[in-house]
Amino acid sequence: MSAGAARAEEDTGSASRRSLRPLALALPALVLLVAVIGIPLATIVLRSFNDPEWGFQNYVWFFGTPVNLVVLQRTFTMAAWVTVVCVICAYPYAYAMSVAGPKIRLLLTLCVLIPFWVSGVVRTLAWMILLQDSGIINMVLRAGGFEGIRLIRTQTGVIIGMAQILLPFMILPLYSVMKGIDLRLVQAARSLGAAPPRAFFSVYLPLSLPGVYAGAIIVFILALGFYITPALLGGPRSTMLSTLVQNQVLSLLQWGRGGAMGVVLLVATFLLLALAGPLMRQRYKLAAR
Amino acid sequence: MNGLREQRGAAIELSRVSKAYGSFKALDDISLQIQPGEFMTLLGPSGSGKTTTLNVVAGFTEVSSGTLQIGGSNVVGVPAHKRNIGVVFQHYALFPHMTVGRNVAYPLRLRGVGKAELETRVRRALDMVKMADFAYRYPSELSGGQQQRVALARSIVFDPPLLLMDEPLGALDKKLREWLQLEIKRIHRELGTTFVYVTHDQEEALVLSDRIAVFNRGRIEQIGTGHDLYDAPETLFVGRFIGDSTVLRGAARSDGSSTALDVAGETVTVPRRHRDTDRPVMLLRPEKLVMRKPGVDRSDNENRLSGTVSEAIYLGSGSKYEVLLRDGSTGIVRSSLTDQSFAIGDAVELCFRGADAKLLADDSTADTTLT
Repeated sequence: MSAGAARAEEDTGSASRRSLRPLALALPALVLLVAVIGIPLATIVLRSFNDPEWGFQNYVWFFGTPVNLVVLQRTFTMAAWVTVVCVICAYPYAYAMSVAGPKIRLLLTLCVLIPFWVSGVVRTLAWMILLQDSGIINMVLRAGGFEGIRLIRTQTGVIIGMAQILLPFMILPLYSVMKGIDLRLVQAARSLGAAPPRAFFSVYLPLSLPGVYAGAIIVFILALGFYITPALLGGPRSTMLSTLVQNQVLSLLQWGRGGAMGVVLLVATFLLLALAGPLMRQRYKLAAR
Repeated sequence: MNGLREQRGAAIELSRVSKAYGSFKALDDISLQIQPGEFMTLLGPSGSGKTTTLNVVAGFTEVSSGTLQIGGSNVVGVPAHKRNIGVVFQHYALFPHMTVGRNVAYPLRLRGVGKAELETRVRRALDMVKMADFAYRYPSELSGGQQQRVALARSIVFDPPLLLMDEPLGALDKKLREWLQLEIKRIHRELGTTFVYVTHDQEEALVLSDRIAVFNRGRIEQIGTGHDLYDAPETLFVGRFIGDSTVLRGAARSDGSSTALDVAGETVTVPRRHRDTDRPVMLLRPEKLVMRKPGVDRSDNENRLSGTVSEAIYLGSGSKYEVLLRDGSTGIVRSSLTDQSFAIGDAVELCFRGADAKLLADDSTADTTLT
């Protein structure tokens, strides 16, 4: 309580003077962001309205073409699936990291980070080798007397590949939240009569949710814009919006239509975040206490 | 909930309990019987085994050997959540994502208590710790003392026959601690539950307890009331740990009915024999020592030691003096306001009746464990 009071005092004390200093520290990054993200983004938005001529024709085309809407919906569905797979795989892993001794923790951390350091293209190619019809997975299945399954050029294959590549973005925020959870709270729950599963669901899980949300947002947004993996692992039935954008811009030189697709994706993402925001903020507030 | 106050605490019996971590014996053959409704304090320095004992009773730690009975049934191997014991932790352990009310309701929800009864019982428990106005606050909005009161309410709301408290006041300042000690005493009286309380603070143990078990190095040195431990310590460790004391060491001579110690050239005599195997020491409580100017008021059956006042502490109700004795050890004397006062540097004699000195076996660990 006293610590909180002290903090509040500090905040109000010299707020005006303090507010500018962090801005100065962020300046180099801000310049870079404006240069490499802001300007191109503005250009794209502009082109979606003025290429080939001023007007809404690119948006009219986008929403008037059924395949675009199918792909847009599929993009969100696949990103959602990737997020779900990542949560399921990352949660126990991050938990293990947070409770392990220093040596095992280092090993687990390296296992997360090393694939992270390998380029996404290389990893996608590796997945092609694993997933293709004559690939390792199908070879093993056939050797075991099972029928081979089709993985490459399917949505399942794309989801597997994307989930693996995005997994670190889920594990790391989860881990940072979990290592701050006091495990003695779980012990307290046990002493009050909670069997281990109940203690987990009523105490540990709610306290770890901020990490789940943080990781889920990062993974979901990255998955929405993923290009290489769906392009290489996917087939016509698993095309995502990024592939359509690439097609319009590089093959058909329709910068306006590509730009409109990009803007639609951006706006849809913002809408989704705006919907998830209030829920998450509340959870954050409670868990931060 | 029994309408009549027939709810009683559970008896606890630890019998020859040991707990080893590799070669380290956290508990070494502990036996302890606690009566129903008793307030038992486990007292000792850190690492002495008192918290391990509590964890064994709570079910957080399994014993290596020995038996543990709670309320007459053997609970070795019974997991913590099935033991129906309230536990209060030093670090409060309130659930940060639940309000005070939900925290206190938690054990009742686990037990499937209906809504109406749940609300009554939560309110009653919060009333008991005087926190009823805070039911909708979150733990982070409360002070340490308030959090600990809520934790206490949460651990008694389901009427456990046994309440364990692990240094519950350890993180609080002195004034608050003293007030909460009285609150805990009151709640113990009102509930009739068996309390087992762990602390390293001997004053706290004396304030609260019916009986105290003094732990040292994984063993129980002595079990008794505060009075027993202060007036009749069985080991030097207990004598040093409870209250102030002066310890005299020296070459011992024993003749049939008495023992004499040669303390740096001065002889003191106790009218008792020491056991042949022991190296005897004498332990004296501050109020059994009288301080005088050298050479005044000699009486024959009085032991005398000369020394120099090295510290004079005014306590309001009297004074406490530390006296540097000839052999380099320190004597502690308490005097009332009416007694003659002394200044640092005064040469004095410490006088005591031999019968007031405890004759104990020397134990070199008694000093090292205390610091």
